[in-house]
Amino acid sequence: MTARSATIPLPRLLAFFPVSDASVAASLPTAARTEIAVELANVTFGYDERPVLTGISMTIPRGKVVAIMGGSGCGKTTILRLIGGQLKPQSGQVLVAGQSVADLDREALYTMRRRFGMLFQFGALFTDMTVYENVAFAMREHTDLPEELVRDLVLMKLHTVGLRGAAHLMPSELSGGMARRVALARAVALDPMLVMYDEPFAGLDPISLGVVGQMIRRLNDALGITSVVVTHDVYESLKIVDYMYFVSEGKIIAQGTANEVRASADAFVRQFVEGAPDGPVPFHYPAPPYREELFARA
Amino acid sequence: MLSSPVTGIADALRRLGAGSIASVARLGYAARFALAVGRESPAAFLRLHLTIREIYFAGVLSLIIIAVSGMFVGMVLALQGYDVLQRYGADESLGVLVALSLVRELGPVVSGLLFASRAGSAITAEIGLMKATEQLSAMEMMAVDPLARVVAPRFWGGVISMPLLAALFSTMGVFGAYVFGVQLIDIDAGSFWGNMKAAVDFRFDIVNGIIKSVVFGVAVSMIAVFEGFDASPTAEGVSSATTRTVVESSLAILALDFVLTVFMFRGISQT
Amino acid sequence: MKSGRSALDLWVGIFVAIGIGCVLFLALKVGNLVTFGSTEGYRLEARFDNIGGLKVRAPAKAAGVVVGRVERIRFDPTTYQAIVTLKIDHAYPFTTDTIASIFTSGLLGEVYVGLEAGGDATMLPDGGKIAKTQSALVLEKLIGQFLFDKAATSGGK
Repeated sequence: MTARSATIPLPRLLAFFPVSDASVAASLPTAARTEIAVELANVTFGYDERPVLTGISMTIPRGKVVAIMGGSGCGKTTILRLIGGQLKPQSGQVLVAGQSVADLDREALYTMRRRFGMLFQFGALFTDMTVYENVAFAMREHTDLPEELVRDLVLMKLHTVGLRGAAHLMPSELSGGMARRVALARAVALDPMLVMYDEPFAGLDPISLGVVGQMIRRLNDALGITSVVVTHDVYESLKIVDYMYFVSEGKIIAQGTANEVRASADAFVRQFVEGAPDGPVPFHYPAPPYREELFARA
Repeated sequence: MLSSPVTGIADALRRLGAGSIASVARLGYAARFALAVGRESPAAFLRLHLTIREIYFAGVLSLIIIAVSGMFVGMVLALQGYDVLQRYGADESLGVLVALSLVRELGPVVSGLLFASRAGSAITAEIGLMKATEQLSAMEMMAVDPLARVVAPRFWGGVISMPLLAALFSTMGVFGAYVFGVQLIDIDAGSFWGNMKAAVDFRFDIVNGIIKSVVFGVAVSMIAVFEGFDASPTAEGVSSATTRTVVESSLAILALDFVLTVFMFRGISQT
Repeated sequence: MKSGRSALDLWVGIFVAIGIGCVLFLALKVGNLVTFGSTEGYRLEARFDNIGGLKVRAPAKAAGVVVGRVERIRFDPTTYQAIVTLKIDHAYPFTTDTIASIFTSGLLGEVYVGLEAGGDATMLPDGGKIAKTQSALVLEKLIGQFLFDKAATSGGK
C-alpha cells in the first residue's frame, strides 16, 4: 500500500543518555519489564466545582495501541494531562510503569517525561524553528550527542514520516497533515516508552488520515512502544487499535478490543460507531418544551 | 420581593469583593511566577544565545523608534524651553534644561513607555500565542521547562535592553536639542555644552537615571512575560493580555518613577 | 542556522556598543564625570551669618575657577551661624587668611563660595577653619539699607 517501509528498526538511544541521577534508575528499571505501562486507578478530577472525571479506572498494557474515545469535552484530553503529570488527580492514582505520577517531585517528573512523547492536536510545532530543529529539539536538550549524530537521527526520523525533504521548511510553510507528521517525528525523536496522541486524526484529508493511522501502528510495533490515542474518529481507530475505552460524562461506559466494539450491542457504542445523531448522547441540549417556547407570550 | 436597588448594590459589592480577592490572588501568583523566573534565570545565561536572540528582538528592533523619538523630544524640549528661558535672558541655560530633563526623567520614563508598548506587547503576544498553540505544553511534555527556555531569556533580554535604550534616548535628545538650539537658533555652542556639563552630575543625575531605567526594565519585562504566560489560550485572551501589558507597564513606570524620584532627588533643594 | 546566529550576535553587539557609547557620552560630554567623582580633597570649615541660597554641591571657586564643592551645611544653635564644610582639591592649598564669600553668578545664576587667598605664609590644614567670611547679599536687606540711607540723607536736610 505505501511505498515507504516505515518499519526501520531504530536503535534504542538509552545507551546515549547521560544517566547520572538515581531518580532515573528509580523511575523505571524493573518497572519497564511489567506488563502494564499506564494504569488509572479510580481517578477523579474536576475544575473548581465541575467534575470532569469520576472514578475512572483503566489499564494500558505495554506495547499496545489503546484508544480513548468519547464526545467533545468528555475529559479525554484531561486523561492525557493526568498521565503526563500536568494535572494531579483529586482522588485515585495515575501510575506509569508502576510509579504514581502525582507523587513525583519536579526533577523526577521531568526525568520521567523524557520517556514520553506527545503529539498535540495541531502539531504544536515550535514556530520559530525549522522542521529539522523541531525534531532535533529533544535530542539537543537532553543528550550530549554530537551534531553529526543528531543530524543522522533527525533525518532518520523525518524519513520515517516521509518528510526528510522538508527538513529546512518552517512550520508556517507546512500543510496541516505535514505539520502533524513532523510533530509525530518529534514525538518519537528519543524513542520514548510511551507516546500519547491528542486527536491525531482531527481535520486531516483522507490520505493524511490513512498515513497517520498507519504510522501510529507501525511505529508502535517497530519501536516496541505503548501508544495512547485520544480521538473521536471511530473508523480510523478501529483499523489500528488493540483496545478501546469509551468515556462519557466522566465515566467509562464501554470498553473492549476492536472486534468486540464492532460487534457490541451497547447503545452508546452503537450510536458512536454508527454516528447516529440521537441515542444515549442526546441531540437536543436541555431546553423547555418546544411548543411552549414557540408560542410563549413575548 | 427585595427592592432592586438593594439587590443591585449587594450584587455590586459581592462582585467587588470577589474581584478584589481575585486580584490579590493573581498578585500572589505573579509573585510566585517572578520567583520561579528568577530561579530559572541561570539557564538564560548558560544558554547565552537564547538571551542574545531576545536582546535582538527587544532592543535592536526598538533602536529606530527610540532614537527618532528621543531626537524629537529633545528638539521640542529645546523649542519650548527656549521660548520661556529667553524671557529671563537665561537662554544659555537651555542645555542645562534639556539635559537634566532628559537624563533624570524623560529618558528613562518615555523610553520605558515606548519599550513597553513596542517590545513588551510583542513579548506578551509571542508567549501568549505559544501558550494558545500548545507549544509551551509540548515543551513541558518534552521535559524542558518553558520558564527556563522561553520566559527567562525574554525577561533578561528586556532588562538588559532597557537601560541601553534609555541612554540612547537621552543622547539623541541632547543631540536634537543641540541641532535645534545651536544650529537653528544660533545659541552659543560653548555655553550650551559648558553650562550643561557643569550642571549635570554623573553620580547624581546620570547614575540615578540609569538606576531608574533598570528598575523600569525589570518591571516592564516581568509584566510582559507574566501576562503572556497567564493569557487565556484564545485569540481574545492574547489580545487582552497584550492590552494589559501595555496598561500595567505604563502605570508601573509612572508610579515607580514617582517613588524613585522621591528617594533619589529628595535632597535636591536642601540648603 | 549558524550564519543567522552570527548575524544576530553582530547586531546585538552593535546595539550594546551603541548603548554603552551613549552612557559614556552622557557621562563625559553631558555630565561632569571627570571632575570630583571621587572623595579626593581636604576639608575646610567656614561660618556665615547668612548663606543666602547656597546649596550642597555648590562650587567653591577661586579666581573664578572651580577648586572644590560645598560638602555640608549645618546650623550652629549656640552662635546662630551657618557652618559650611567645603571639600577642596588637594592640589590647591589656601592660606590661613583666606576670605570666603558667598556670591551669585549673574542675576539668576547659582550661588557659590568664592575664596580669596591672602598673604600668610602658613596654609590651612585639613579641617581648618576659615576665619574671615562674608555672608551672602540679601536683596531685601540691601534695599532696606538703601532706603534707610536715603531717608537719613533727605531727613537730615
